[in-house]
Amino acid sequence: MEAKNLGKWFGKRKVFDRINFSLEEKSSLVVTGKNGSGKTTLLKILCGFIRPSKGEVLISFNGKTLNQDEGRNLLGLVMPDLELYGELTALENLVFLSRIRGLDPDKDKLKEKIAMVGLSEREDDLVFSFSSGMKQRLKYAFALLLDPGILLLDEPTTNLDQEGISLVDQIVSWQRERGILILATNKKADLKYGDQTIQLGN
Amino acid sequence: MATRPSSWATKSAWLLAKDLKCEFRTRYALNAILMFALTTLTVVSFSMGVFSLNPRITSSLFWLVIFFSSMSGLAQVFVKEEESRTVNLLKLVANPSTVLLGKLLFNLVLLLLLEIVVVPLFIILMNLSILNLWLFLSVLVLGSLGLVCATTIIAAIISKAHVKGALFAVLSFPILLPLLITAIDGTRLSIEGETFSAGWSDLRLLISYLVVMFTASILLFDFVWSE
Repeated sequence: MEAKNLGKWFGKRKVFDRINFSLEEKSSLVVTGKNGSGKTTLLKILCGFIRPSKGEVLISFNGKTLNQDEGRNLLGLVMPDLELYGELTALENLVFLSRIRGLDPDKDKLKEKIAMVGLSEREDDLVFSFSSGMKQRLKYAFALLLDPGILLLDEPTTNLDQEGISLVDQIVSWQRERGILILATNKKADLKYGDQTIQLGN
Repeated sequence: MATRPSSWATKSAWLLAKDLKCEFRTRYALNAILMFALTTLTVVSFSMGVFSLNPRITSSLFWLVIFFSSMSGLAQVFVKEEESRTVNLLKLVANPSTVLLGKLLFNLVLLLLLEIVVVPLFIILMNLSILNLWLFLSVLVLGSLGLVCATTIIAAIISKAHVKGALFAVLSFPILLPLLITAIDGTRLSIEGETFSAGWSDLRLLISYLVVMFTASILLFDFVWSE
């Protein structure tokens, strides 16, 4: 994944400018900065949710630059601005999200993902009834659905208890060994996860 | 999990199935549409039912009931995704054309359900006799498809705005006016028992409106969907 000269303005307000980085497999980037410095905006641009005011993001796989659809299928994402469907159960959410991504949903494997985040007893409950910590855990089950090549985490431990935070630690370590990890955080302790660091708001 | 080459249409069908499942569990739009339709129908039938109205007024009232009832639900199709913060999830897993087709189909199903209730009730309560049923049905189908196409893309545009209600009115008035005028005229001809060829100019306009609106939606949606 490569970001070339990224800049973003909302009207006249500059959020950030001249962001450059290049990430290979088994590498990681920590994006840090104060509230409002543009961490979430940068992650949204990397995912293709919003367009940068200048610059571009390139995702390559096996030497081939991917188009937006192909690139999107490599991404796993956990962020506060991304919620799962409250009117569906945990399992129904993952079945729907697999299907719309063009996967043949194997319910046993989906149940494994739900069990991995510690929600197996609640897999048939509507997500509406989940606590915020449980919703956060379910977001990790979704993010890991495709064993993503690129995992983007925004404030990854929000709402999680100690057990949940340990789970995130495991996921982060696992991702750093096999793909690309991009983590946006305010916590100094999380800086250790990054091979590269970008400080926004300077 | 095995990857399978799901087509654009198949993925849209999965999105439609998800939306229907969510809708029937919450009845977010369905209740609003049906309650509005029944209230409007009751008011119209109590205030006008005793008079013998000419076909122009009857057809205007018919489309007004359908238009205002559908607006209360069809406009919510993207607003709901924004408000429940699932819009980014959808952006991550589906390409824009899949989302557009899925949401169009969902709005079409909602409008179909509305018309299943409203059309027979309107005919009974207003003691309406339609002399050219095929022309009436053709205008109804084409008018409904045009209405769905227009409201879906307007709904996508307004979902990003802070003042959604005001913007919806401002945008929908000029866009839907040609459709409503043509559909009202076609319905009037069908009530009066004019031949199919007499209503052909209205049908042609409705088909053109549908083609233009569908094409414009496909071209515009990519820009609307990606902020």
